[in-house]
Amino acid sequence: MLKYTIQRLFSLIPILLVVAVIVFLLAHMTPGDPVTVLLGDEASEEAKAELRHELGFDLPVYTQFVNWFTGVVTGDLGMSFFLKKPVTEVFADYLGPTISLAIYAQIIAIVISLFLGVIAAKKRGTFTDQTVMGFSLLGISVPSFLVGLFLILLFAVQLQWFPVAGYRPLSEGLWEHLRYLTLPAIALGMMQAGLITRMTRSSMLDVMKSNYIKTAKSKGLHQNRITYKHALRNSFIPILTVIGESFGTLITGAAVVETVFNIPGIGQLIVNSIERRDFTVIQGTVLLITVTYVLLNLTVDLLYGVVDPRVRLNRKK
Amino acid sequence: MDNNKHLLDIRGLKVSFWTEKGRLTAVEDATFSIKKGETIGVVGESGCGKSVTSESILQLHDEQLTDYEGQILYKDRNLLDEPERKLRKIRGNEISMIFQDPMSSLNPVFTIGNQLVESLMLHRKPSKKAAYEKAIDVLRQTGIPSPEKRIHDYPHQLSGGMRQRVMIALAISCEPELLIADEPTTALDVTTQAQILDVLNELQEKTAMGIMMITHDLAVVAETCDRVVVMYLGQVIEETTVDQLFENALHPYTIGLLKSMPSMESDRSDQLFEIEGTVPALENIPTGCRFADRCPFATNKCLQEAPVLENATVSHKVRCWNYEEIALERGNGYATTTS
Repeated sequence: MLKYTIQRLFSLIPILLVVAVIVFLLAHMTPGDPVTVLLGDEASEEAKAELRHELGFDLPVYTQFVNWFTGVVTGDLGMSFFLKKPVTEVFADYLGPTISLAIYAQIIAIVISLFLGVIAAKKRGTFTDQTVMGFSLLGISVPSFLVGLFLILLFAVQLQWFPVAGYRPLSEGLWEHLRYLTLPAIALGMMQAGLITRMTRSSMLDVMKSNYIKTAKSKGLHQNRITYKHALRNSFIPILTVIGESFGTLITGAAVVETVFNIPGIGQLIVNSIERRDFTVIQGTVLLITVTYVLLNLTVDLLYGVVDPRVRLNRKK
Repeated sequence: MDNNKHLLDIRGLKVSFWTEKGRLTAVEDATFSIKKGETIGVVGESGCGKSVTSESILQLHDEQLTDYEGQILYKDRNLLDEPERKLRKIRGNEISMIFQDPMSSLNPVFTIGNQLVESLMLHRKPSKKAAYEKAIDVLRQTGIPSPEKRIHDYPHQLSGGMRQRVMIALAISCEPELLIADEPTTALDVTTQAQILDVLNELQEKTAMGIMMITHDLAVVAETCDRVVVMYLGQVIEETTVDQLFENALHPYTIGLLKSMPSMESDRSDQLFEIEGTVPALENIPTGCRFADRCPFATNKCLQEAPVLENATVSHKVRCWNYEEIALERGNGYATTTS
């Protein structure tokens, strides 16, 4: 298990290298100049040249890349030339809201979809099943900003149960924190809920047909115990895969919802940094998101072993 | 008939399923009984309804899609009338089952100890420690070496034969009165088959439970059973003792089955006997005798009128219009007494 984990962590190195090259090239090939953004249109050519020299933009692109990447390897992602702070610090500042939002959205999605998926599987072919499947299709296909706008209209403007937009950190109290995050979390979690519901339903249907479910019934177990203990646990591997993958998308895909609800998260940071041509922030943030994504997938792979004993690797007696 | 002698008495059981093709009747007029301590074999080829019949006893089919008619009397209670709550008390406790494929019949994500203890706790409610001790004890009874270690294993860590022993342990853990074994040896190799049958025989001698042995293997029947029920296309077509079945089979289908068995004495260059034609599909069951179009003895009557199961002798029932002629022709032992 440990060996496997270490192997997987080593596989991060080539992935990061490739991502670093691509994101560096993308940032530098985008038209627009950070120096103009920083100094404004009216600045003199001399001032621009001086700043360009100061930031190292007059060096050849490959030298710039080597300089930046040497820093990355040693844990230094460089300075944001717009915010005048180290990129790691900027990232940490903006990470909190996004993580909160993603976790909250994921919890909402999992709770809703496990419940609905199991019900749909148990009542397959009935009106209940079709309704659940209809809703899940809706969840997958309606874009999150639209769901977000509808939610604002109904629950914030009409009913006034939740604030229209904004963000309160956890330090101002859990209730306040959740009150501001609920609508964006639902908007963000809808698609995941749709995906997980479908996966739960089909996986449960598969498992319910298997012989060990018949064995469980022949033992005299109650139907609920068969469903929730024997079947759900076996259905969990494909469900876990979808959950793991979708959590990655939640973090990266929060940008739209963060914009709609004006939440100062990673998504907003990236969008703003692209507008400011703040190269180091764009590069550093994308790299850190990549690391998060890979680590999440690793966690999911390790969780397989917890759920299913057959997947446990190199287990010695 | 003295009902008290019967542990299980199935009368005119009809089982039908709702499918995309409409309502299909998989079992029609299944009638037979099992006494305490007796082993009854249910034989027939794939799709003849033997598994459907056995799973109907505990009503393991999807209840939304299945209709049951007739009676399944267990200790004079009709199981088909019992509510689900009462059935759960019978399942795994008084009547238990072993399934065909040991590879897929145990839940892969729980240890075998966990699965055994679950059953014991459900029906016997002992302390957790006592349940584990009992589980180790039943594993030992089924011939699993060092059961106190194996009990912590997951199913995938055991071989097929060992898993089938675990299934048997699971089935006998609550000391059932009736054990339904649905092709318990089909998925196993020949030496393991013999061991599993031995385990079942030993357990039966100790506990006097009734066994319903579902199989398509007449060798298994000859070795283990007291009486045999032969099924064809959802009907019981012959029922008699094992000895009479092998000596004086009356139904043309049974005779065909017996002839298609390879024997040690026969000339190896001879081709095995083959019953002509194939089993008709459930959606177009013939109106007359269901075996008529494959039967060498079939007459016009067979094609038009369905025969009923009747007593050829006190201990021999057969569903055939022409069994008397067939018995005479084959020089059957009791042909004279029946005509």
